[in-house]
Amino acid sequence: MNERILKAYEQEPRRWGWKLLVALICAALIAWSGSTIQWSAITHQGLEIAGRILNGIFHPDKELLFNLTKSSVFYLLLETVCIAFLGTIVGAVLAVPFAFISATNIVPLPLSLIGRTIIMAVRTVPPLIYGLMFIRVTGPGPFTGLLTMSLCSIGMVSKMYIEAIEDFDMRILESLDACGCGFFQKIRYGIIPQLFPDFMSTIIYRFDMNLRDATVLGIVGAGGIGAPLIFAMNAYRWNQVGALLAGLIVLVMAVEFFSTKIRVKLARG
Amino acid sequence: MSIYEKLFPPRELELSSGEKIKEPRSRTLWILLLLAAAMVVSAKVTGFDLATILERGEQFFVIVGQMFPPKWSYRNRILSPLLDTIKMSLLGSAIGSLLVVPFSVIASSNIVKNRGILFAVRLFLSIVRTLPTLVSALIATYMFGFGMLAGTFAIAVFTFAYVGKQLYELIETVDMGAYEAMEAMGAGKLRSFLTAILPQVMPAYLSTCLFCFEGNVRYASILGYVGAGGLGVILNEKIGWREYSSVGMILIALFLTVVIIEALSHYLRTKLT
Repeated sequence: MNERILKAYEQEPRRWGWKLLVALICAALIAWSGSTIQWSAITHQGLEIAGRILNGIFHPDKELLFNLTKSSVFYLLLETVCIAFLGTIVGAVLAVPFAFISATNIVPLPLSLIGRTIIMAVRTVPPLIYGLMFIRVTGPGPFTGLLTMSLCSIGMVSKMYIEAIEDFDMRILESLDACGCGFFQKIRYGIIPQLFPDFMSTIIYRFDMNLRDATVLGIVGAGGIGAPLIFAMNAYRWNQVGALLAGLIVLVMAVEFFSTKIRVKLARG
Repeated sequence: MSIYEKLFPPRELELSSGEKIKEPRSRTLWILLLLAAAMVVSAKVTGFDLATILERGEQFFVIVGQMFPPKWSYRNRILSPLLDTIKMSLLGSAIGSLLVVPFSVIASSNIVKNRGILFAVRLFLSIVRTLPTLVSALIATYMFGFGMLAGTFAIAVFTFAYVGKQLYELIETVDMGAYEAMEAMGAGKLRSFLTAILPQVMPAYLSTCLFCFEGNVRYASILGYVGAGGLGVILNEKIGWREYSSVGMILIALFLTVVIIEALSHYLRTKLT
């Protein structure tokens, strides 16, 4: 028994040289990136400021948190949810054609490469710039936020769609053909049941992410909780920041809880 | 579930063999109605209006048109902030993903049996995760001043939260047999963890870190808005001055970088798993 173990040990591939090289390269890269930081920028006030910020955040502005006007936390959160909800739906619909022209089992390789490049380009542009573009169309407000969010969703959603489409089982369509099913019957019983759970799961996950990223829209004045949050932070009103953040955190955690449940159910059928 | 079945009892069917079966009523209709209602409310609140898009849609392309042709001569000025952004994401990702390891270990239910500790650590991780990156970056600029350090801090916080959740889920799905065998042979908890669990989670952990780094490079470009250094600062500046041809050049540089990094990390990740 012992001999067998020793033999197995001897047969273990020895690649420590290779591992050492990789580790050295990683360490060198990290050291190189550390060179850019100006440590001198740290002031002694840093900790004091952090303390004040935390103090403010843990004593949220109750007035802002519990009134029911259009500038209350509640209404802002409702607006944020609405932006994220419709934005995700619009983005999910827009992503479908992108995904189908990029799936390698549907279109020839060159076309799918073009599709992938477009998706990548759409994904690289920061939300800030989409916001600026849409403000020309719809003016500042939640509508702009919605459109920005839908464009930002396309990248990741279509990437996940592509994976679902590439896992698609064509044999089911063949067997439906053999049964004499028509075009629409094939879509109804062959395509939708296969793709629907994956697509829904992606959309719900993206909704989660969009809710979390909704603050970014505040930069361009595109509605939701982002703008008040950033204004309050720039004005050092940490009590208000605390109220807004508390609302956002509770909302995001609640949505995440339910979305995880739904996605587990979708995955297990 | 049972309430629903009481309200809408399942339909009874009789098969040709005389056997009676129950078909539960479909909920698709109700879910669709709920979704439609939610969409109507959202459209009201956000002021969604298709006519506006159709009417003024071409305005969207005005800025795109101004970005092309990109200002080629601007490329030399981009290089240094671009490298800064990459360094910032690399360092932030490294710090965040290393710091989170102990937290993830404590948050996995197969290592720690105490429910109170598990709940507390997980709550902490999810609060950090819901904290918007922009907020942590802005707080960082107040603490550390404007510049790369604030950006690195924000990225580290984001990575911490993201990798943390992935890692404890990884540790929980690990095969515990080897760990138990090590403990039975008299090895301590730390030693059993290092030899039995670490090798199992290592490839997936590294690939998560790489994936996070990939996303961070893209994300780092927004951090410039709060003055947290890197490409975002010049991007913000050029947008402010409406020099859209320079913005176009910056975006092209960012696109190329992201493509290269993504290809590299994709290659490494396929090697890892």
